Amino acid sequence: MRKYKTFDHTADIGIEITGKTRKELFGNAVAAMFDVMVDWPSEDKRLFSADEIKPLEEKRIKITGNDLEDTLINFLREALYLFNGKCWLIKSCEPLELTGKCIVARLKGEPYNRQKNQLKTEIKAVTYHGLTINKSKKCWQAKVVLDV
Amino acid sequence: MFEIKLVRIDDNRWLLPQTGGMKVPGIIYANEKIYQLLKGDESTRQVANVAHLPGIVNYSLAMPDVHWGYGFPIGGVAAFDLEGGIVSPGGVGYDINCGCRLIATNLTLDDVRDGLTNLTTALYQQIPSGVGSTGAVKLSGKDQKKVLEYGAKWAVKAGFGTPADLETTEDGGAMEGADPEQVSARAMERGKQQLGTLGSGNHFLEIEVVQEIFDETAARIFGLSKGQINIMIHSGSRGLGYQICDDYLALMVKHAQKTGIDLPDRQLACSYLDSQRGRNYLAAMACGANYAWANRQLLMHQTQEVFAKSLHLTPRELGMRLVYDVCHNIAKIETFNIKGKMKKLCVHRKGATRAFPAGHDAVPQQYRSVGQPVLIPGDMGSGSYVLVGQEKAMQETFGSACHGAGRVMSRTQATKVSQGRSISRELADRGVLVMASSKGTLREEIPEAYKNVNDVVQVMHETGIATKVAKLKSLACIKG
Repeated sequence: MRKYKTFDHTADIGIEITGKTRKELFGNAVAAMFDVMVDWPSEDKRLFSADEIKPLEEKRIKITGNDLEDTLINFLREALYLFNGKCWLIKSCEPLELTGKCIVARLKGEPYNRQKNQLKTEIKAVTYHGLTINKSKKCWQAKVVLDV
Repeated sequence: MFEIKLVRIDDNRWLLPQTGGMKVPGIIYANEKIYQLLKGDESTRQVANVAHLPGIVNYSLAMPDVHWGYGFPIGGVAAFDLEGGIVSPGGVGYDINCGCRLIATNLTLDDVRDGLTNLTTALYQQIPSGVGSTGAVKLSGKDQKKVLEYGAKWAVKAGFGTPADLETTEDGGAMEGADPEQVSARAMERGKQQLGTLGSGNHFLEIEVVQEIFDETAARIFGLSKGQINIMIHSGSRGLGYQICDDYLALMVKHAQKTGIDLPDRQLACSYLDSQRGRNYLAAMACGANYAWANRQLLMHQTQEVFAKSLHLTPRELGMRLVYDVCHNIAKIETFNIKGKMKKLCVHRKGATRAFPAGHDAVPQQYRSVGQPVLIPGDMGSGSYVLVGQEKAMQETFGSACHGAGRVMSRTQATKVSQGRSISRELADRGVLVMASSKGTLREEIPEAYKNVNDVVQVMHETGIATKVAKLKSLACIKG
């Protein structure tokens, strides 16, 4: 199953993410954002779903928010900052703990190499506009608009 | 949720009646054709959402290039009372002081026709553009603070331009009240390497030729003549501005409950203008604005160097002169006549341009007899317009006009409809040479993804908000 799809927004890009659990939803959201942003050679693309990865570096981050939605936005914001501000390309994201107001996640990645992964779209920011998180019988689903 | 019905005021204006929690009605500037495009768009609801914010004065406005943004619509204008009113980072946008700069030259079409490909290639190679590009100037922490405080003034002092450039830059290229202490370490970090870069997406540098003059007097005063080569630059405050907006938005969302402001959309998070947080944001925003002015000043300087080298001309022969530099993502404290009283307001322009009339103090001395130049770029193939601000803008739109053509198609849609087409060849057939670092960007930015700029500008002209001075045709375009 594809873990996200884009939806139309006149000026920006909307992503609709799914996950079997809330944790998976958060992890898939980070993967989706990087998929929109970066061109992945196929072997790299697999890294997002494979158990076995060859990370160069590991980071553990703890992010809080006013509620689940805010936590998701703050989490994506931090992931985007690591790329835009620190030139660090996230290749795997594993949420370890998640409550309604806090997430702890293990990120694996490496310093960004332009030759290896070309950039497709510059994402300026993760917005709150039209933000939703819903649970259906089968899965969790979130909608986020990215400012490009 | 409430149903939004627009009521026609006249051929170019629609009233969005005050309903629900709206504190004022809305007015959308649109002719019949543009009105039809609004139907499939969320921007009307966004105009209504903005009308919910505390201290909003008169109307929540949308210019004819209005389209669906996040929080505020793009093409939105709203003014707030300094007492009881708010400032909203989302009402300014992530790209603080994204704006346009029009540069006139002594050259005519004949001077560049043969060398256009070489010239465009040189510009493309020399001016950093595209995602993740870094600039030629690496700033020390001390210098960066000066950039944030003094904007284009810093750039001119550092040798990137002349004092005359500052005279024709909005706010003289340096917004007052900038305080680097209010800018986060993250934003500073992101700003260090990006000064003098164009960016990506809809940012561009175009070589254009003046095709038609509508207002001889204003054109003469702006120094524009038929057949003259001009350069239009569209860029902003890069990562530094995005980070400032993001930092303050996060902070304002965090404290949203405490302020007790009921928000129809979290992206509209705001602070009262007379609160510490509100003041801090304005001081940080001014830093972003100044960075953007310094950035466009550097881009102009690099452009001049490339032109001189490529065409084997001296700067004097080129005669590059800044016609004007406008910002179109900003919040400004300006004075307007509200029901007979002069009042200071915080005007948010989110994808809208200042359009001050003749005689206004903020209009450069040399243009004061006609009014402020308003720069309106169209899509990649169409070129741009130069308009001039009119008194009507002071009465109706807080001295504001549109900022471009405005998107009608999402980027995904544009990519879909342009599948299998060579956009650069299509544009070449229309006489426009395009170079872009990403084919994806070209597809997303196809001309039909935008409204017809002629229609948009005509609405401003007919309502008398800003009137047409000149039309410029694109010859070459560099995209990020």
